[in-house]
Amino acid sequence: MTAVAYLEIDHVSKHFPAPEGEGEVCVFRDVAFSLARGEFLTVIGHSGCGKSTLLNIIAGLERPTAGGVVLEGREVAGPGIDRMVVFQSFALMPWLSVFDNIRLAVRAAHRDWARRRVDEHVRRYVEMVGLGGAERKRPAQLSGGMRQRVGLARAFSTDPKVLLLDEPFAQIDALTRGVIQDELVRMWAASRSTVFMVTHDVDEAIVLSDRIALMTSGPEARLAEIVDVKIPRPRSRAALVDDPEYLRLRAHVLRFLVEGARRGAPERELAASTGRAPVLSRA
Amino acid sequence: MRRERAAVVGLTLLIGLGLLAAWQAAVSGTPRGRGLPGPAAVARTAAEMLADPFYDRGPNDKGIGRQLLASLGRLVVGYAAASVAAVVLGVALGLSPTLYRAVNPYVQVLKPVSPLAWMPLFLYTIRDSGWAAVLVIFMSSLWPTLANTAFGVAAIKRDYLHVAAILQLSWWRRLLVVILPAAAPAIVAGLRIAVGSAWVAIVAAEMLIGGTGIGYFVWNEWNNLALTSVIFAILAIGVIGVLLDAGFVRLGRRLAYSE
Repeated sequence: MTAVAYLEIDHVSKHFPAPEGEGEVCVFRDVAFSLARGEFLTVIGHSGCGKSTLLNIIAGLERPTAGGVVLEGREVAGPGIDRMVVFQSFALMPWLSVFDNIRLAVRAAHRDWARRRVDEHVRRYVEMVGLGGAERKRPAQLSGGMRQRVGLARAFSTDPKVLLLDEPFAQIDALTRGVIQDELVRMWAASRSTVFMVTHDVDEAIVLSDRIALMTSGPEARLAEIVDVKIPRPRSRAALVDDPEYLRLRAHVLRFLVEGARRGAPERELAASTGRAPVLSRA
Repeated sequence: MRRERAAVVGLTLLIGLGLLAAWQAAVSGTPRGRGLPGPAAVARTAAEMLADPFYDRGPNDKGIGRQLLASLGRLVVGYAAASVAAVVLGVALGLSPTLYRAVNPYVQVLKPVSPLAWMPLFLYTIRDSGWAAVLVIFMSSLWPTLANTAFGVAAIKRDYLHVAAILQLSWWRRLLVVILPAAAPAIVAGLRIAVGSAWVAIVAAEMLIGGTGIGYFVWNEWNNLALTSVIFAILAIGVIGVLLDAGFVRLGRRLAYSE
């Protein structure tokens, strides 16, 4: 646990109504951890462990069934511009240009700024992600990688307290992914914002994070452990391949995902694989 | 592509000529003064009418341009009011599934009612035939826009609304910057259907109320047994309908977006 909790996830549980319409399904239970200011923490787990739901709860887009999220001593009550989300689907407004997509966020973050100041700020972030010259294009005209650059620029341009990355590179081809990950690290280092990322890519988690939280498989997922990534920054992808700490971590996380995530929940796994989710109100 | 286009244009002209020839052949057998007028007679009337479309010689004798403008004036007022109402209500229904389900039965019952069925009620309550016709237009153009707007807004991707929520956009900006542009293609599709049904309804409404308008003109010319005028009026109504439709096609293209 870190000394000073900047963002605290305080024993959060989430239940959804069961698909059959009777009772509830518990997605995850009693998840508790905290992030220090400026920290990069990644949650990794199989699909269905509720990691994206957890991210949405931090964003304020969904409400926890129990527990709560505390940012800088104040409980999160709803979505806010201090917690920007970078979406797996990019979520750029397709009817707005690159420039206007970022501008929408900058204007929202700085309502008192004059038009010129807003535009200058937008231009700086357009340049920062290397999209100068493409700012008048619409998202549909851009590749996935370029779209997510806009997504990152939009998120960072508001200078958020917490950046929430929801599998941000899942829809980007493998070659571009590394480049944009490096850009993310650069922007994060410059901004010193606190990052909460969700992924199922082990390498991505190790390269980017300070700590990695491992979640067991859902339903009734739990936080199994949090591992420190003690690899000094800047981390070069080329050097990492031979780094013993990297290899050790990678093996550890992979072993967890293959075995550990399933351990202790054989019945549930069986139920899930047959398409029958367990229901809390088992009469 | 260009060759295909030329083929389409050529075929269109050929079909037109064929229709004209069939029309001419059908009427040429009948003695003069009986049966339908032929294309040549209609063309003569058209040339006469288009030479001075805006003359005004009293209540029963006005140029076709003046009559069309009277109809378009009613259309604009009734249609604009209906469109604003439909978009406002449609956005509300699209955003709230509960409201949608609560209001839907009423919409379903009112939608299939011919807009002309309202005419007696309007005449009785507002006692002004001109405004009654405008209200008929209102009723005729309400439903397509309402249904399409509600559908378009309900189909907005959650992510876009999430972004709006995270950015804490004001209610007003959320509407203008996210909801309306996102639903614009669906809304314009509704507006396009609505303007078509309004233009259909106005002719019938004006036949009932009399006075001015292209519908009244058609009925008046029928009473005069001036069938060439009736046929030319039909063509004019069709051409205006095409122009109205084309305007919305262009608007739709401008507001379209690909994801």
